[in-house]
Amino acid sequence: MSATAPAETAASTMGSHDVITMSGVNKWYGDFHVLKDINLAVKSGERIVVCGPSGSGKSTLIRCINRLEEHQEGAINVDGIELTDNIKNIDAVRAEVGMVFQHFNLFPHLSVLDNCTLAPIWVKKQPKAEAEATAMKYLERVRIAEQAPKYPGQLSGGQQQRVAIARALCMTPKIMLFDEPTSALDPEMVKEVLDTMVDLAKEGMTMLCVTHEMGFAKAVADRVIFMDQGEIVEQNEPNAFFDNPQNPRTQEFLNQIL
Amino acid sequence: MADITNTGADFVPTQARPAPASVRPGPMTWLKENLFNTWYNTLFTLGGIYLLVQTIPGLIDWFFASALWEAAPADACKEIAGACWAFVYEKWRFILFGTYPFEQQWRPGTAVVLFIGMVVISCMKPFWNKSLLVIWPVGLAVTWILLSGGLFGLDHVPNNLWGGLPITLMLAVIGAIVAFPVSIALALGRRSNMPIIKAFCVGYIELIRGVPLITVLFMASVMFPLFMPEGITIDKLLRAQVAIIMFMAAYLAEVVRGGLQAIPKGQYEAADAMGLSYWQAMVFIILPQALKITIPPQVNTFIGMFKDTSLVLIVGIFDLMFTMRVAINDLEWRAYYLEGMVFVAILYFIFCYSMSKYSQWLEGELHRGHKRL
Repeated sequence: MSATAPAETAASTMGSHDVITMSGVNKWYGDFHVLKDINLAVKSGERIVVCGPSGSGKSTLIRCINRLEEHQEGAINVDGIELTDNIKNIDAVRAEVGMVFQHFNLFPHLSVLDNCTLAPIWVKKQPKAEAEATAMKYLERVRIAEQAPKYPGQLSGGQQQRVAIARALCMTPKIMLFDEPTSALDPEMVKEVLDTMVDLAKEGMTMLCVTHEMGFAKAVADRVIFMDQGEIVEQNEPNAFFDNPQNPRTQEFLNQIL
Repeated sequence: MADITNTGADFVPTQARPAPASVRPGPMTWLKENLFNTWYNTLFTLGGIYLLVQTIPGLIDWFFASALWEAAPADACKEIAGACWAFVYEKWRFILFGTYPFEQQWRPGTAVVLFIGMVVISCMKPFWNKSLLVIWPVGLAVTWILLSGGLFGLDHVPNNLWGGLPITLMLAVIGAIVAFPVSIALALGRRSNMPIIKAFCVGYIELIRGVPLITVLFMASVMFPLFMPEGITIDKLLRAQVAIIMFMAAYLAEVVRGGLQAIPKGQYEAADAMGLSYWQAMVFIILPQALKITIPPQVNTFIGMFKDTSLVLIVGIFDLMFTMRVAINDLEWRAYYLEGMVFVAILYFIFCYSMSKYSQWLEGELHRGHKRL
């Protein structure tokens, strides 16, 4: 596997306060109970990998954190802001939380640079020159600065996903959510995206990542959460999680993917 | 992967194949392969050639060879087997400008040139900036002064004397320009979560689309004044213009809505996740893409409406089609209605074909890379 950062560096950068708390969160799609009594606290600087079989609710879980999905019961608090119907709160949370999607979701009609500067200019009201300088800095960091004037359709999948990461970083978020960021990529492009994510982890970003890249989980995560049928079945630090899973459902899942 | 052949020997390239004799087939080969390759294709080809031979020479003969291509009295056409273009020489000014005072017709003429010029300029990329915000108000004001007069020493010409091409162009172009933003608002409203706005937009679109344009024109010109308080009248031409705008907006709204639905959910989610407001997401992300992919059906609607403006004749407005009909009512020239039809058809075709060509160019111009949408 590509991810190589030692897990120990995680503890040193981790803050002490909880930046995300979910307590008693329940969510239904019609009759389907997709999240069942979720209780989760994420510390500042913590890296969490969420895994589980498809349909287990892991994407829904992280999409509740920036309210792309709304929960029906319980409370979600992000950086001291309670997520309710209040649009002001939702916008405040979204300005703090960056998200990277499975299918990149870049804006195809805008250049790479414009993709990165749109939200800083219009949401954070940054002057254009400043937003562009920031964008170039982050594009540099994901090693794709030379593509800035191109359009997303002219880039490979891996390049597009790195642009998507840079675009999220341009909002200087406190938390980054990754929703299966490598699942839609050709195998040879997975590494370049994971490497970018590892770099980000080393810098102390708070990250929640839905992924099946277990090498990445072992190398970077402070905690691995296993979900099944809408519940958090088991969570542990990666070595214990992979070497000594407690729950039979976890054991079965790990047997299938490893 | 076992290496079977080369066991340490030097690399010897394989000889390249000789180039094919001819990359492009000659005309005879092409004919044989495409038009005469099976017995039924041969039959279709021969049948097609027969039909063309039967029709085309006759048409060309009528149009060009046997036609009268000069100004002449109507009697001169009686000995002519082909088209009597003398009719067009005689009537073109009436067809183009209707009952506008004859000696003043340079005014609608100039107005038409100016108006077309404004449209052409608006279609060109170097002018896609704030200059259009100056060009249009000034251009429209000048057009209006030219047509209506009453200023700068121009005689006042009331708009019931206007007719022909300026009317058709004005109804269609102003209709399109005003209907376009209205249609976007209707399309967004129809997808809104707010029940009252949604109900209004759905009701409006379904009602207007559910009735013929003639009905809307009648409502605007005959029934609407009945509802107005006594003494207040709204200009007939303006009422027809409003009816056309309302009708066009309903159709365009459905086209735009189709575009909005074609935008992947991920685009909305990405905009949301970055904290863009609804209007920011619409203006910067969704609408630019939705409007671009709906260029073909939009132009389809514009072309349809351009021709549908000819229906204003039923409320007594002299558009291009109506002035032609009046022209062929002239007893002397009555026999030459076909020439009048062809003349007007050519005018319509020029405008519609230009729109179609422009839309093709625009699609290419706005295309961004190899899109995977």
